[in-house]
Amino acid sequence: MKRDIILAGVGGQGILSIATIIGEAATKAELQLKQAEVHGMSQRGGDVQSNLRLSHTTIYSDLIPRGKADMIIATEPMEALRYLDWLGDGGVIVTNSRPFVNIPNYPDDIMEQLEALGHSGKNIKVIQNDIEALAREHMIPKSANIILLGMAAPYLNIIKADELREAVGKVFASKGNAVVEANLVAFDLGMGINLL
Amino acid sequence: MEKRLLLGDEAIALGALHAGLSGVYAYPGTPSTEITEFIQKNGKCLHSRWCTNEKTAMEAALGMSYAGKRALVCMKHVGMNVCADAFVNSAITGVNGGLVVVAADDPSMHSSQNEQDSRFYGKFAMVPIFEPSSQQEAYDMMNDAYELSERMRLPVLMRVVTRLAHSRASVVVRSDVRPENSLNPDNGRHWILLPAIARKNYIALIEKQSALARASEQSQYNYYEKANNELGIVACGIGYNYVKETEIKLPIIKISQYPLPEQKLKALAEQCQEILVVEDGQPFVEEQLKGLGLNVNISGRLTGVLPRTGELTPDNVSEAINNRRTSLPPTPHLVPRPPQLCQGCGHRDVYAALKEVVSEFNTAKVFGDIGCYTLGALPPYQALDSTIDMGASITMAKGAADAGIWPAIAVIGDSTFTHSGMTGLLDAVNDQANIVVIISDNLTTAMTGGQDSAGTNKFEQICLGLGVEPEHVKVVVPLPKNIEDIKQTLRDEINYKGVSVIIPRRECIQTFRRHAKEQKK
Repeated sequence: MKRDIILAGVGGQGILSIATIIGEAATKAELQLKQAEVHGMSQRGGDVQSNLRLSHTTIYSDLIPRGKADMIIATEPMEALRYLDWLGDGGVIVTNSRPFVNIPNYPDDIMEQLEALGHSGKNIKVIQNDIEALAREHMIPKSANIILLGMAAPYLNIIKADELREAVGKVFASKGNAVVEANLVAFDLGMGINLL
Repeated sequence: MEKRLLLGDEAIALGALHAGLSGVYAYPGTPSTEITEFIQKNGKCLHSRWCTNEKTAMEAALGMSYAGKRALVCMKHVGMNVCADAFVNSAITGVNGGLVVVAADDPSMHSSQNEQDSRFYGKFAMVPIFEPSSQQEAYDMMNDAYELSERMRLPVLMRVVTRLAHSRASVVVRSDVRPENSLNPDNGRHWILLPAIARKNYIALIEKQSALARASEQSQYNYYEKANNELGIVACGIGYNYVKETEIKLPIIKISQYPLPEQKLKALAEQCQEILVVEDGQPFVEEQLKGLGLNVNISGRLTGVLPRTGELTPDNVSEAINNRRTSLPPTPHLVPRPPQLCQGCGHRDVYAALKEVVSEFNTAKVFGDIGCYTLGALPPYQALDSTIDMGASITMAKGAADAGIWPAIAVIGDSTFTHSGMTGLLDAVNDQANIVVIISDNLTTAMTGGQDSAGTNKFEQICLGLGVEPEHVKVVVPLPKNIEDIKQTLRDEINYKGVSVIIPRRECIQTFRRHAKEQKK
């Protein structure tokens, strides 16, 4: 089995933390893994993405070929759409629905474009939620990205949700119990969204 | 034996530490920075502090090698231009302790001003080049690179690209760590490159080339995967991965060590009608292959089968092998999201003031430099007229002023100023050039993530020492409330006929937050 995931967002929104947690769980599950990241200039408020590949067999390319990704996980809705060419048939988009507007010409029809995808006959599933509002509501404003990870968990398939949950605890362990707790709450909230 | 999840950069760093590294010398630059950072966090070697620039790094590493110890130099590709004098001549002197130079190339210019291919430097200097195809190879190669360096008494160039440097994978690491070399200086006369000695050394270097070619033929990193097909592939470094990703059975020569293994390439040419060269960067191998006089068609980036610019991807390699272009579906209605200066960054206040003052002088030109503040070229400021290389702001402003441009203003960061700006400022002082130099000092090397900056707390002294008049070295604090004062200082110094230096000084907002967090703990 093989899962190719594009992580997308704006610099500073925490996509690399999501990658670190999935990476931790994948390593524990003894999966092969490659994860290409973006560092440097583009991290300054620009668009950022990471290619995460998980497999039971050898992975050659660090980059995912177009049309082969199983999933896009995005902390920002326009950034989710930016990598649509990479998503394969039957792909899943898990995204924050709240736009991050730091440019003057942000399109006003991003959510319409996203919603249209679900009905486009392309066999694409879109799961979206305003994770920032949800995080604030539950007093865990810094854990919005982990809510998103929880939303994605049931669709990863190659890693079990409880393995991911365990990895959340492990990755944040060095930051103290309160941070671990907040992120576990966030993860469970995200999982709950799928069950609605 | 242990498995670790490592970035390509981290695999290089750990490989060097396990190979008995005594010192790393480097200037930060994407995508190479994490090598030195990893050693700073995890190593206990004699030296790991950041250097002022790539040339001082290269020379200090050569000094450590002279003393008998293993040294590492790391930089981004354009750093090779800065250290080229020392690098090329280190092949003429030769080395004593093993010396490995890592150049991290950036095809597609994710965070760079060009996509020059460092393998040309290796060939130019006539030294062996390693080009890993995976994080595991990057780790394993470090030990072999040091062994080869000491056996051949030559520096070894390790060339990586962004997609290896900044990609993570599982790496099997050794449990045994080789001890460091003991202090054992090389007392030979060959370190003195007077012409009479250098001529002998150069002949010796040329005589080593056949041994280097043999090493490449026998290298475990260069191999021939046989298969029956009219199309054969020469795959260099990570190009190999994209070929394998296609899952098409093709005869492949994988190349990760240079000079080119010509015998292997000739064997492939005898089996095939056509050879496709898959290499990231410039057509380094493709050009050489054409010079071998093989009786096959050779295609690659030069023939347009692969794009002439930009990095390799699994898609463009697959298209080249399958000899067809895939048409892309119409993309959604999106807009680009370029990077920008952080909210609360002091550079913003500098540009806010500068933009207004420049609009008062309609002949003003502003020469920029390399760092976060290069983003001042983009909206909303659009405050820069040039950005070339580290330090060029001051010297270009001087040359433009020589030609009659006024006001000629340079904007340079603190770390870039000590890297390559100081000598240009001395030229300007000696010529009494009519320029204003803004050293936007945020107390760190910010663009690469907040490394120490070599000149922190020394800038006024440096400028005075270089001969700038004391009343024209001015420090301001870039905050929104001070904009009017900064504007007046700019006007005053533009109107002074001579060299002025204005130092807006406020800590980088990113390192400021990090330091505040650390204090809370």
